[in-house]
Amino acid sequence: MAENENLEQRPEAGLTGLSKAESESAPITEQVASGFFKQLQGFWVTFMTMFKKVNTVEYPFKKEPTAERFHGRHQLNRHPDGLEKCIGCELCAWACPADAIYVEGGTNTPEAQYSPGERYGKVYQINYLRCIFCGLCIEACPTRALTMTNEFELADNGRAKLIFEKEDLLAPLRQGMLAAPHPMYPGSTDTTYYRGEVPGSHPSQETSSNA
Amino acid sequence: MNIGQLLGMDPGWISVVKGVLVFVICVLLTLFAIWAERRIVARMQMRVGPNRVGKFGLLQSLADGVKLALKEDIIPKAADRIVFVIAPVISATTCFMSFAVMPMTGKVSLFGHKTALQLTDIPVGVLYVLAIASVGVYGIVLAGWSSGSTYPLLGGLRSSAQVISYEVAMGLSLVAVFMYAGSMSTQDIIAAQAHGWYAVILFPSFVIYTIAMVGETNRAPFDLAEAEGELVGGFHTEYSSLKFALFFLAEYVNIMGVSALATTLFLGGYHALPGLGFTENWLGGWFTLVWFLAKVLTFFFVFIWLRGTLPRMRYDQFMKFGWKVLIPTSLVWIMVGSTFHLLKIHNASRIAIVGFGLGVFLLIMGALTITELSAKRAKARQAEGAENELPPPTFPVPSITRSEFING
Repeated sequence: MAENENLEQRPEAGLTGLSKAESESAPITEQVASGFFKQLQGFWVTFMTMFKKVNTVEYPFKKEPTAERFHGRHQLNRHPDGLEKCIGCELCAWACPADAIYVEGGTNTPEAQYSPGERYGKVYQINYLRCIFCGLCIEACPTRALTMTNEFELADNGRAKLIFEKEDLLAPLRQGMLAAPHPMYPGSTDTTYYRGEVPGSHPSQETSSNA
Repeated sequence: MNIGQLLGMDPGWISVVKGVLVFVICVLLTLFAIWAERRIVARMQMRVGPNRVGKFGLLQSLADGVKLALKEDIIPKAADRIVFVIAPVISATTCFMSFAVMPMTGKVSLFGHKTALQLTDIPVGVLYVLAIASVGVYGIVLAGWSSGSTYPLLGGLRSSAQVISYEVAMGLSLVAVFMYAGSMSTQDIIAAQAHGWYAVILFPSFVIYTIAMVGETNRAPFDLAEAEGELVGGFHTEYSSLKFALFFLAEYVNIMGVSALATTLFLGGYHALPGLGFTENWLGGWFTLVWFLAKVLTFFFVFIWLRGTLPRMRYDQFMKFGWKVLIPTSLVWIMVGSTFHLLKIHNASRIAIVGFGLGVFLLIMGALTITELSAKRAKARQAEGAENELPPPTFPVPSITRSEFING
């Protein structure tokens, strides 16, 4: 909604700018004469700015949090029980304008269930030498598997090190999560997973995954 | 015994020591000035500025200097090799030479010898400074010319035109000082200011000198010679390594030089502020050096302030300002000032002095009003004529751009 408001305001702003320019089209000499005290005002501005707080962030020594929705490193999210959300559909890879994402889908089997439903992302790579952090992949993702974190310190000293594999991107295991593969929550389908009706890991999931 | 006589009795070794001391002070002041400028301009732009090397980044300019010295020294193929090498040397030597007559302290004892921190006091001291400054222009001109490249040539031309025209204004602004002090020796001028600084008594001269000194040193907003947006680096575009460092050094020592001259001629030199005269005896007289440096650095702060505030002037505006505003103003002021001085010397009655002042004031006001009125009338006539008097075009021609819109 905020974007729309901005769009509506833009033509207005342009108009005021134009009329301002027209009113100031007087010969230069007159402006200089009448602007003499304005010039002095400028000196006051720079002088007072000296005592203002500086904008500089002394970055490596003092780290400030980024903006809330800063586009940082990607993350592959998990369902509450630890199954991966990624279904290997490659929509992110297709959406990527920089061709930075490589996905290879795989088929879930009863023995090795990585994500709810039939398919999961077998190989998932993001090349951070190509990624432009535009976020189109996040918009493309149908299961909310791919999101971005605020982490921005991605520099490294080798090309290979900047191609992040699936295990680099997967979200850490939280309370109640079990690392895939393990069977789906008893009595649930991929739809219940998608709707977020799975509360957490079920005791049966643990035993069967360990078995 | 006054200081001039005292300086005349210096043995040779003291002169050598003082020469080295003046050189060291200039170089240290430059290193400090570059750091201070970067820090202060940074603050004016809400940045921090260099703060990594040494405490508060104080050693930054030293580090930069070392870095410059280690860089590859390139002489372009098209350059005139000899002149190309000589130019920075001229720049760097002349800027130091003007410090020879700058009185930095009052009477002090240096290694048990009673003297003052000033190399020599010559009867035409200020004239000597102006002469040396003129020679310094050669450094810039020759650098621009010998580089064998377009931008440096344009930059060199610009700065020579600039320095020469502002030197006229500068010289004229000093005439009043010479008349009032009755001498061109720096020591005599300082002594003559015992009962009031010339910055107050000769305020118009002071203003004109302050403006001219910014033009003279090629500093913002008059830094047309090295306008990055137009001329890359100006006259020193082709210079690298130590030769570039020499130009850099010269620029800052020059700033210190004109500031020191302003301090000497208008702010009472090394003397304390009025009412604080007792401090001049602290540290055996060496405290006067603090006063001198404080005044010089105040001027330097103004330089920085100007740079942080004003955008660069256009070249034609700049020349017009120098020739059509500064020089006529200083000429009129010299006439007025000298008449005042004569009236005072001949013990004219107070009524005569006040009457003369009033007369001059009325004349100036009248002249200003008349010019303004006539300008207004001309403008009105032009606006009228724009519709009626322009002949109808017989065939399609590009629209006529009226000069009033191009040129102020």
